[in-house]
Amino acid sequence: MRFFARPGKPDAAAQHGPAVPATPPPWRAPASAAPGVRIGTVLDGRLPGGDPATAWDRRRAAYKLVSPLNTKKFTVVVVGTGLAGAGVAAALGELGYQVHAFTYHDSARRAHSVAAQGGINAARARKVDGDSLHRFVVDTVKGGDFRAREAEAYRLAQESVRVIDHMNAIGAPFAREYGGTLATRSFGGVQVSRTYYTRGQTGQQLQIAGAQALQRQVHRGTVALHTRTEMLDLVVDDGVCRGVVARDLATGQVWVQPAHAVVLATGGYGSVYFHSTLAMNSNATAVWRAVRRGASLAHASFVQFHPTALPISSHWQSKTILMSESLRNDGRIWVPARSGDARPPADIPEDERDYYLERKYPSFGNLSPRDISSRAAKEQIDAGHGVGPLRNSVYLDFADAIGRLGREVLEARYGNLFDMYAHATGEDPYSVPMRIAPGAHFTMGGLWTDYDQMTAIAGLFVGGEAGWAYHGANRLGANSLLSACVDGWFTLPFSIPNYLSGQLGSRLPDAGDACVREAYARVRARTDALIGVGGRLAASHFHRELGEIMYADVGVARTAEGLARAIERIRELRGRFWREVAIPGSGAQVNQALERAGRVADFLELAELMAVDALDRQESCGAHFRTEHADAGEARRDDQRWAFASAWSVDGAERPGGAMTFTRHAEPLSYQAVPLATRSYR
Amino acid sequence: MKLTVQVWRQAGPGAPGRFERHVVDGIEPHLSVLELLDALNEQLIDSGAEPVAFESDCREGICGACGVTVDGEAHGREDNVPSCHQRLSGYADGSILRIEPLRAGAFPVVRDLIVDRGALDDLIRAGGHVAVDAGTAPDADALPVGEERAELALDFAACIGCGACVAACPNGAAHLFAGSKLMHLSLLPLPSLERQRRVVAVVDELEELFGPCSNYGECARACPAGIPLTAIAAVNHERLLAGLQRRL
Repeated sequence: MRFFARPGKPDAAAQHGPAVPATPPPWRAPASAAPGVRIGTVLDGRLPGGDPATAWDRRRAAYKLVSPLNTKKFTVVVVGTGLAGAGVAAALGELGYQVHAFTYHDSARRAHSVAAQGGINAARARKVDGDSLHRFVVDTVKGGDFRAREAEAYRLAQESVRVIDHMNAIGAPFAREYGGTLATRSFGGVQVSRTYYTRGQTGQQLQIAGAQALQRQVHRGTVALHTRTEMLDLVVDDGVCRGVVARDLATGQVWVQPAHAVVLATGGYGSVYFHSTLAMNSNATAVWRAVRRGASLAHASFVQFHPTALPISSHWQSKTILMSESLRNDGRIWVPARSGDARPPADIPEDERDYYLERKYPSFGNLSPRDISSRAAKEQIDAGHGVGPLRNSVYLDFADAIGRLGREVLEARYGNLFDMYAHATGEDPYSVPMRIAPGAHFTMGGLWTDYDQMTAIAGLFVGGEAGWAYHGANRLGANSLLSACVDGWFTLPFSIPNYLSGQLGSRLPDAGDACVREAYARVRARTDALIGVGGRLAASHFHRELGEIMYADVGVARTAEGLARAIERIRELRGRFWREVAIPGSGAQVNQALERAGRVADFLELAELMAVDALDRQESCGAHFRTEHADAGEARRDDQRWAFASAWSVDGAERPGGAMTFTRHAEPLSYQAVPLATRSYR
Repeated sequence: MKLTVQVWRQAGPGAPGRFERHVVDGIEPHLSVLELLDALNEQLIDSGAEPVAFESDCREGICGACGVTVDGEAHGREDNVPSCHQRLSGYADGSILRIEPLRAGAFPVVRDLIVDRGALDDLIRAGGHVAVDAGTAPDADALPVGEERAELALDFAACIGCGACVAACPNGAAHLFAGSKLMHLSLLPLPSLERQRRVVAVVDELEELFGPCSNYGECARACPAGIPLTAIAAVNHERLLAGLQRRL
């Protein structure tokens, strides 16, 4: 067994064990169960081949460089200033590139990376708990239920070491042991302690450190930071990305920023579910515009639902706030055993309660993984056992823990979380069980990229949650902050110069070029079309209705029948949106109704693809659970037919409410270091 | 419950502003002030009127995007709570809420309830960062930081950058914001190497853009991140240290 990555010859895998491809060549994609889907090409992820443990070293050694004297001749656009975006913009600025960073916020610091709580994993393996680079890869690949790229998990592990060093150096005050060394804690899905943290606000501290590193480059003059500016389209010339079209949200001005390369670090698309743990402004527009320009979207329907989100209790509640899953260490999850039992929890005797996680998964119990816990909760709610005013939640009860440990111990462990809960709901979790429900949280899917993180559009790169390759069908806790940091600071700053090295001397397009004029005209036409609908309903009505469809049929558990129904309903809703949406005011000013409507219009297209992807993939894996593909209620993966990434491209007239056709390209996935295995938590 | 909202409308920077009165029905007490604005806006758009422009994002009290003045108080009537967590449960059915932008000379109104807080980022840009390039950092375990010191650094680093401290201050000072950044970085081994240079750069900008500090303490009362009031003392403390070191 290999414990550490070491530089090796390309055929090193042969020395360490068999490197048998998971599927024998020639590889053929299975037919689609979704009507109208075209089968596309077999994609080449341009992985370095050979031993995945040394792939990144070998690839970096092969990258071409740009001379420090020439870096200033290149313009790079970075969209988004979260952990990935701020990182890559700052790192490229440090190298001397001319960077234009875009954020729709008023300040780079507010990107939604800021809201991550738990921590950031790193395979530093300093302790004697058996952790290693290899163990990190095994956990990540297995946790993702074998639908991620193994070689990229190795890169994630390898670069994680200096991510911690770097973020520490630029200002993240990581928690420390009394002896002054970095503190770690354990997280779901692993048996070692490799999660670095700053209390419950790790994302915030990493984000602030990254944003101030970005400001340092603004101060130096290498980065132009465009705040309150939203990217609305890409400039693409004959398959090559040449810039972006953006709208100044304060003045309404639409303008084009030409570039030699563009990075989308625009986050995930969980807000398609309306109620989610994401921020109000999180959206899919940048990603979806890229798909419309020729990029493809991988694993579109792989969405993680967090089991301990606050349930929706009333119409105007704007989101499902996340409660840390650490609560499940001491809370017991239950529902009334009798369907429709509306008694207050205190009046339901012990023998009329169903502690269903403890019953179904005795070895993991209340600490079962996120996807399994979310699914079990949904089953109970759907069967009429849900609790709360809308019967859409389950209890998380601390009465036993309070009896066993005393209230003080619980206060010390979870005081801030209990306060937040009491604040949000008006209920005291020390005396009444908490109510929790699965909430849309993280999208494992994203823009398909090769190993160098470039999309099918040359010069268009992706970082962070907007990408796809690390997390497969289910993300491990504390791996998302890591993947964003690794992409931003230690992957894209190598791979983008490699691409740019071939572009030396290439001219940036200007207003005289057709590609610029077309991109600008598309944005104007779309804005005019939205305002021109002249309907009578705010975009929020359509977004809320879309969320209901998505939770019902493209959510925690999916069926062929439900997905087909969702596709019909989404199409109908999209048609209605383009007839009835109201956008008061003009485009030449702050117009949040217009911003919102544009995002909802894109959600209404993306949602259809998510349902098609879920219908197409006839297996269950990770967070994608198809009721038909299960053994005794547990996910049944089909590695013979589905051990590949679906990367979807979209055709169809880009007109308001127009029909789309989807093509499924496929990248076969093979595993050398982590043998295919079935997850079991019983 | 039914609430009346008196809300500030202003078409753009420098344009005259005025209060508009609206009644919002079907609201529940556990909702936040911002969710009340959501409801008002859907009602406005459905009736063909322009929505009230306001900023908010995470709705979890961590991004600092939100910030309105409710009945004269930055963020709202509850101390140390951001607008997104200011609940309506304290208001009786039929109450009137007056909602206006964060008010400060350094924060010009962009539209309605949106203000431009860019001056805060100007402070960070001037010196609130660390001159270590990607890949060059030493091993984080090789530079030990005492547990208490790390926790104290985090107390100051917790600032969410919402600007409520400036709006709450009768002078419009940003000493709590600036001091929290200076303390956060001065307590950590690598960032502290630039301590002297940093405080000079930040304070120059602070005095240029914001009002003076007279130790009212209103900032710490409004601060949703609970930044300790010692942050305002840190500004002068750090400046004094820098002056002494220069002389040596």
